[in-house]
Amino acid sequence: MALPGAPGLAHYLVLGAILFAIAMAGIFLNRRNVIVMLMAIELMLLAVNLNFIAFSRYLGDMAGQVFVFFILTVAAAESAIGLAILVLLFRNTGTIDVEAQGRLRG
Amino acid sequence: MSFATFTFYAFAAILIFAALRVITTRNPVHAALWLVLSFFTAAGIWLLLQAEFLAIALVLVYVGAVMVLFLFVVMMLDVNFEVLRQHFRSYLPIAAAVGALVLFEMALVIVDSAIGHTATAGPPPTGSNTVALGKLLYVDYVYPFEIAAVVLLVAIVAAIALTQRGEPKPRKHQDPSWQVKVRREDRVRLVDLPSEKPPA
Repeated sequence: MALPGAPGLAHYLVLGAILFAIAMAGIFLNRRNVIVMLMAIELMLLAVNLNFIAFSRYLGDMAGQVFVFFILTVAAAESAIGLAILVLLFRNTGTIDVEAQGRLRG
Repeated sequence: MSFATFTFYAFAAILIFAALRVITTRNPVHAALWLVLSFFTAAGIWLLLQAEFLAIALVLVYVGAVMVLFLFVVMMLDVNFEVLRQHFRSYLPIAAAVGALVLFEMALVIVDSAIGHTATAGPPPTGSNTVALGKLLYVDYVYPFEIAAVVLLVAIVAAIALTQRGEPKPRKHQDPSWQVKVRREDRVRLVDLPSEKPPA
Protein backbone atom coordinates (compact mmCIF):
# COMPACT_ATOMS: atom_id res chain seq x y z
CA MET A 1 0.00 0.00 0.00
CA ALA A 2 1.55 3.30 -1.07
CA LEU A 3 1.80 5.90 1.64
CA PRO A 4 -0.57 8.66 0.44
CA GLY A 5 -4.12 7.49 0.29
CA ALA A 6 -6.35 5.53 2.58
CA PRO A 7 -4.69 4.87 5.95
CA GLY A 8 -3.04 1.50 6.23
CA LEU A 9 -0.70 -0.10 8.73
CA ALA A 10 2.25 1.97 7.47
CA HIS A 11 0.42 5.22 8.18
CA TYR A 12 -0.07 4.37 11.81
CA LEU A 13 3.52 3.16 12.15
CA VAL A 14 4.84 6.39 10.62
CA LEU A 15 2.66 8.45 12.94
CA GLY A 16 3.94 6.46 15.92
CA ALA A 17 7.53 6.94 14.79
CA ILE A 18 7.08 10.70 14.39
CA LEU A 19 5.46 10.94 17.82
CA PHE A 20 8.27 8.92 19.41
CA ALA A 21 10.92 11.09 17.74
CA ILE A 22 9.19 14.25 18.95
CA ALA A 23 9.11 12.88 22.49
CA MET A 24 12.78 11.87 22.25
CA ALA A 25 13.71 15.38 21.11
CA GLY A 26 11.56 16.75 23.95
CA ILE A 27 13.59 14.90 26.56
CA PHE A 28 16.80 16.46 25.24
CA LEU A 29 15.21 19.86 24.77
CA ASN A 30 13.85 20.08 28.32
CA ARG A 31 16.72 18.40 30.05
CA ARG A 32 16.54 20.75 33.01
CA ASN A 33 12.81 20.56 33.57
CA VAL A 34 11.74 17.25 35.09
CA ILE A 35 8.02 17.90 34.69
CA VAL A 36 8.17 18.33 30.92
CA MET A 37 10.54 15.35 30.80
CA LEU A 38 7.85 13.20 32.44
CA MET A 39 5.33 14.52 29.92
CA ALA A 40 7.67 13.54 27.07
CA ILE A 41 7.87 10.04 28.52
CA GLU A 42 4.06 9.90 28.50
CA LEU A 43 4.15 10.89 24.81
CA MET A 44 6.63 8.08 24.11
CA LEU A 45 4.35 5.55 25.76
CA LEU A 46 1.47 6.91 23.70
CA ALA A 47 3.44 6.34 20.49
CA VAL A 48 4.25 2.78 21.53
CA ASN A 49 0.62 2.13 22.39
CA LEU A 50 -0.41 3.43 18.97
CA ASN A 51 1.90 0.90 17.34
CA PHE A 52 0.51 -1.91 19.49
CA ILE A 53 -3.08 -1.06 18.58
CA ALA A 54 -2.29 -0.69 14.87
CA PHE A 55 -0.62 -4.10 14.80
CA SER A 56 -3.47 -5.57 16.82
CA ARG A 57 -5.94 -4.31 14.22
CA TYR A 58 -3.97 -5.29 11.14
CA LEU A 59 -2.85 -8.71 12.38
CA GLY A 60 -6.26 -9.48 13.83
CA ASP A 61 -4.89 -10.33 17.26
CA MET A 62 -6.54 -8.84 20.32
CA ALA A 63 -3.51 -9.58 22.52
CA GLY A 64 -1.97 -6.29 21.42
CA GLN A 65 -4.81 -4.40 23.07
CA VAL A 66 -4.28 -6.35 26.29
CA PHE A 67 -0.68 -5.20 26.29
CA VAL A 68 -1.77 -1.61 25.77
CA PHE A 69 -3.95 -2.07 28.83
CA PHE A 70 -0.95 -3.18 30.90
CA ILE A 71 1.20 -0.36 29.53
CA LEU A 72 -1.46 2.14 30.60
CA THR A 73 -1.45 0.62 34.10
CA VAL A 74 2.31 0.75 34.45
CA ALA A 75 2.43 4.28 33.02
CA ALA A 76 -0.13 5.49 35.55
CA ALA A 77 1.92 3.96 38.38
CA GLU A 78 5.11 5.44 36.95
CA SER A 79 3.75 8.95 36.73
CA ALA A 80 2.26 8.75 40.24
CA ILE A 81 5.59 7.71 41.76
CA GLY A 82 7.54 10.09 39.53
CA LEU A 83 5.46 13.05 40.59
CA ALA A 84 5.72 12.02 44.24
CA ILE A 85 9.51 11.95 43.92
CA LEU A 86 9.33 15.31 42.17
CA VAL A 87 7.37 16.86 45.02
CA LEU A 88 9.86 15.40 47.50
CA LEU A 89 12.78 16.73 45.46
CA PHE A 90 11.32 20.20 45.37
CA ARG A 91 10.56 20.12 49.10
CA ASN A 92 14.12 19.13 49.97
CA THR A 93 16.18 21.14 47.49
CA GLY A 94 13.85 23.95 46.41
CA THR A 95 14.40 23.34 42.70
CA ILE A 96 13.54 20.77 40.05
CA ASP A 97 16.54 21.56 37.89
CA VAL A 98 18.18 18.30 36.87
CA GLU A 99 21.53 20.02 36.50
CA ALA A 100 21.42 21.16 40.12
CA GLN A 101 21.03 17.63 41.43
CA GLY A 102 24.58 16.46 41.95
CA ARG A 103 24.28 15.00 45.41
CA LEU A 104 24.55 11.38 44.38
CA ARG A 105 27.68 12.05 42.37
CA GLY A 106 30.47 10.06 44.00
CA MET B 1 -11.07 10.67 -0.05
CA SER B 2 -13.19 8.72 2.34
CA PHE B 3 -14.26 9.98 5.73
CA ALA B 4 -11.89 7.63 7.55
CA THR B 5 -8.94 8.93 5.52
CA PHE B 6 -9.86 12.53 6.20
CA THR B 7 -10.29 11.79 9.92
CA PHE B 8 -6.94 10.05 10.10
CA TYR B 9 -5.02 12.89 8.49
CA ALA B 10 -6.81 15.55 10.52
CA PHE B 11 -6.17 13.73 13.79
CA ALA B 12 -2.57 12.97 12.85
CA ALA B 13 -1.90 16.64 12.08
CA ILE B 14 -3.47 17.77 15.37
CA LEU B 15 -1.57 15.08 17.28
CA ILE B 16 1.81 16.05 15.85
CA PHE B 17 1.19 19.75 16.38
CA ALA B 18 0.07 19.19 19.97
CA ALA B 19 3.09 16.98 20.67
CA LEU B 20 5.41 19.67 19.28
CA ARG B 21 3.76 22.27 21.48
CA VAL B 22 4.16 20.01 24.54
CA ILE B 23 7.92 19.96 24.21
CA THR B 24 8.43 23.57 23.12
CA THR B 25 5.95 25.61 25.12
CA ARG B 26 7.22 27.99 27.75
CA ASN B 27 4.75 27.30 30.53
CA PRO B 28 4.41 23.75 31.95
CA VAL B 29 0.71 24.33 32.60
CA HIS B 30 0.27 24.94 28.88
CA ALA B 31 2.40 21.87 28.17
CA ALA B 32 0.04 19.77 30.30
CA LEU B 33 -2.98 21.17 28.45
CA TRP B 34 -1.39 20.45 25.06
CA LEU B 35 -0.70 16.94 26.32
CA VAL B 36 -4.40 16.62 27.15
CA LEU B 37 -5.19 17.59 23.54
CA SER B 38 -2.75 15.03 22.19
CA PHE B 39 -4.29 12.30 24.36
CA PHE B 40 -7.74 13.23 23.08
CA THR B 41 -6.67 13.04 19.44
CA ALA B 42 -4.80 9.80 20.08
CA ALA B 43 -8.04 8.40 21.51
CA GLY B 44 -9.75 9.44 18.26
CA ILE B 45 -7.14 7.57 16.23
CA TRP B 46 -7.59 4.53 18.44
CA LEU B 47 -11.31 4.70 17.68
CA LEU B 48 -10.44 4.58 13.98
CA LEU B 49 -8.53 1.37 14.74
CA GLN B 50 -11.63 -0.01 16.47
CA ALA B 51 -10.10 -0.16 19.93
CA GLU B 52 -13.09 1.47 21.56
CA PHE B 53 -12.51 0.37 25.13
CA LEU B 54 -8.91 1.54 25.18
CA ALA B 55 -9.84 4.88 23.60
CA ILE B 56 -12.33 5.57 26.38
CA ALA B 57 -9.90 4.26 28.99
CA LEU B 58 -7.24 6.62 27.65
CA VAL B 59 -9.53 9.60 28.04
CA LEU B 60 -10.78 8.55 31.48
CA VAL B 61 -7.47 7.43 32.97
CA TYR B 62 -5.08 9.88 31.35
CA VAL B 63 -7.09 13.02 30.85
CA GLY B 64 -9.18 12.41 33.94
CA ALA B 65 -6.56 11.27 36.40
CA VAL B 66 -2.94 11.46 35.31
CA MET B 67 -3.09 14.88 33.69
CA VAL B 68 -4.99 16.31 36.63
CA LEU B 69 -2.21 14.95 38.82
CA PHE B 70 0.34 16.67 36.57
CA LEU B 71 -1.56 19.95 36.77
CA PHE B 72 -1.82 19.70 40.56
CA VAL B 73 1.92 19.16 40.88
CA VAL B 74 2.80 21.95 38.44
CA MET B 75 0.58 24.40 40.24
CA MET B 76 1.60 23.24 43.72
CA LEU B 77 5.31 23.64 43.16
CA ASP B 78 6.45 27.23 43.13
CA VAL B 79 9.10 26.74 40.49
CA ASN B 80 10.79 29.53 38.62
CA PHE B 81 10.41 28.10 35.15
CA GLU B 82 12.34 30.89 33.45
CA VAL B 83 15.53 29.69 35.12
CA LEU B 84 14.92 26.20 33.78
CA ARG B 85 14.60 27.54 30.26
CA GLN B 86 17.83 29.51 30.17
CA HIS B 87 19.72 26.94 28.11
CA PHE B 88 16.72 25.95 26.02
CA ARG B 89 18.20 27.25 22.77
CA SER B 90 21.56 25.64 23.36
CA TYR B 91 19.89 22.22 23.69
CA LEU B 92 18.00 22.70 20.42
CA PRO B 93 20.67 21.33 18.01
CA ILE B 94 21.31 18.14 19.97
CA ALA B 95 17.58 17.60 20.48
CA ALA B 96 16.88 18.04 16.77
CA ALA B 97 19.78 15.75 15.90
CA VAL B 98 18.64 12.99 18.25
CA GLY B 99 15.03 13.29 17.13
CA ALA B 100 16.03 13.14 13.46
CA LEU B 101 18.27 10.16 14.16
CA VAL B 102 15.50 8.24 15.91
CA LEU B 103 13.11 9.10 13.10
CA PHE B 104 15.65 8.01 10.50
CA GLU B 105 16.25 4.66 12.19
CA MET B 106 12.55 3.99 12.49
CA ALA B 107 12.02 5.05 8.86
CA LEU B 108 14.59 2.46 7.80
CA VAL B 109 12.68 -0.26 9.64
CA ILE B 110 9.24 0.84 8.46
CA VAL B 111 10.19 1.42 4.82
CA ASP B 112 11.87 -1.95 4.72
CA SER B 113 9.06 -3.90 6.29
CA ALA B 114 5.71 -2.17 6.25
CA ILE B 115 5.53 0.13 3.23
CA GLY B 116 5.08 -1.78 0.00
CA HIS B 117 3.53 -4.73 1.72
CA THR B 118 -0.19 -4.88 1.29
CA ALA B 119 -1.10 -5.30 4.92
CA THR B 120 -4.81 -4.91 4.72
CA ALA B 121 -6.99 -4.87 7.75
CA GLY B 122 -9.06 -7.95 8.16
CA PRO B 123 -12.80 -7.74 8.43
CA PRO B 124 -13.79 -5.43 11.24
CA PRO B 125 -14.23 -7.39 14.46
CA THR B 126 -17.80 -8.27 15.17
CA GLY B 127 -19.39 -7.78 18.54
CA SER B 128 -18.29 -5.64 21.42
CA ASN B 129 -14.65 -4.69 21.73
CA THR B 130 -15.05 -4.53 25.49
CA VAL B 131 -16.42 -8.06 25.69
CA ALA B 132 -13.59 -9.44 23.57
CA LEU B 133 -10.97 -7.59 25.61
CA GLY B 134 -12.56 -8.69 28.88
CA LYS B 135 -12.64 -12.33 27.85
CA LEU B 136 -8.97 -12.18 26.92
CA LEU B 137 -8.01 -10.26 30.04
CA TYR B 138 -9.84 -12.39 32.59
CA VAL B 139 -9.14 -15.79 31.03
CA ASP B 140 -5.82 -15.85 29.20
CA TYR B 141 -4.11 -12.97 30.94
CA VAL B 142 -5.51 -13.29 34.45
CA TYR B 143 -2.10 -13.61 36.17
CA PRO B 144 -0.61 -10.56 34.43
CA PHE B 145 -3.82 -8.77 35.33
CA GLU B 146 -3.28 -9.54 39.01
CA ILE B 147 0.34 -8.44 38.77
CA ALA B 148 -0.90 -5.16 37.30
CA ALA B 149 -3.17 -4.78 40.32
CA VAL B 150 -0.19 -5.32 42.64
CA VAL B 151 1.81 -2.73 40.66
CA LEU B 152 -0.95 -0.21 41.23
CA LEU B 153 -1.04 -1.06 44.94
CA VAL B 154 2.71 -0.57 45.20
CA ALA B 155 2.34 2.77 43.42
CA ILE B 156 -0.33 3.91 45.89
CA VAL B 157 1.74 2.87 48.90
CA ALA B 158 4.91 4.42 47.49
CA ALA B 159 3.27 7.72 46.58
CA ILE B 160 1.72 8.08 50.03
CA ALA B 161 4.86 6.94 51.86
CA LEU B 162 7.08 9.30 49.88
CA THR B 163 4.99 12.40 50.35
CA GLN B 164 4.03 11.78 53.98
CA ARG B 165 5.15 14.82 55.87
CA GLY B 166 6.47 14.46 59.45
CA GLU B 167 5.33 11.98 62.06
CA PRO B 168 2.13 10.10 61.40
CA LYS B 169 -0.78 11.16 63.56
CA PRO B 170 -1.32 9.26 66.85
CA ARG B 171 -3.73 6.44 66.44
CA LYS B 172 -7.13 6.93 67.98
CA HIS B 173 -7.70 3.59 69.63
CA GLN B 174 -8.59 2.62 73.19
CA ASP B 175 -5.93 1.40 75.60
CA PRO B 176 -7.65 -1.22 77.83
CA SER B 177 -4.94 -1.37 80.47
CA TRP B 178 -5.14 2.36 80.97
CA GLN B 179 -8.90 2.11 81.11
CA VAL B 180 -8.73 -0.59 83.81
CA LYS B 181 -6.14 1.24 85.88
CA VAL B 182 -8.02 4.47 85.88
CA ARG B 183 -8.70 5.89 89.34
CA ARG B 184 -11.48 8.03 90.57
CA GLU B 185 -9.20 11.09 90.80
CA ASP B 186 -8.45 10.94 87.09
CA ARG B 187 -12.03 11.23 86.05
CA VAL B 188 -13.99 13.09 88.73
CA ARG B 189 -13.17 16.46 90.18
CA LEU B 190 -15.43 17.79 92.87
CA VAL B 191 -15.76 21.52 92.84
CA ASP B 192 -17.06 23.39 95.79
CA LEU B 193 -19.31 26.06 94.44
CA PRO B 194 -20.82 28.44 96.94
CA SER B 195 -24.52 28.65 96.50
CA GLU B 196 -25.79 31.91 95.20
CA LYS B 197 -28.33 33.95 97.00
CA PRO B 198 -31.70 34.01 95.33
CA PRO B 199 -32.38 37.39 93.79
CA ALA B 200 -34.26 39.57 96.08
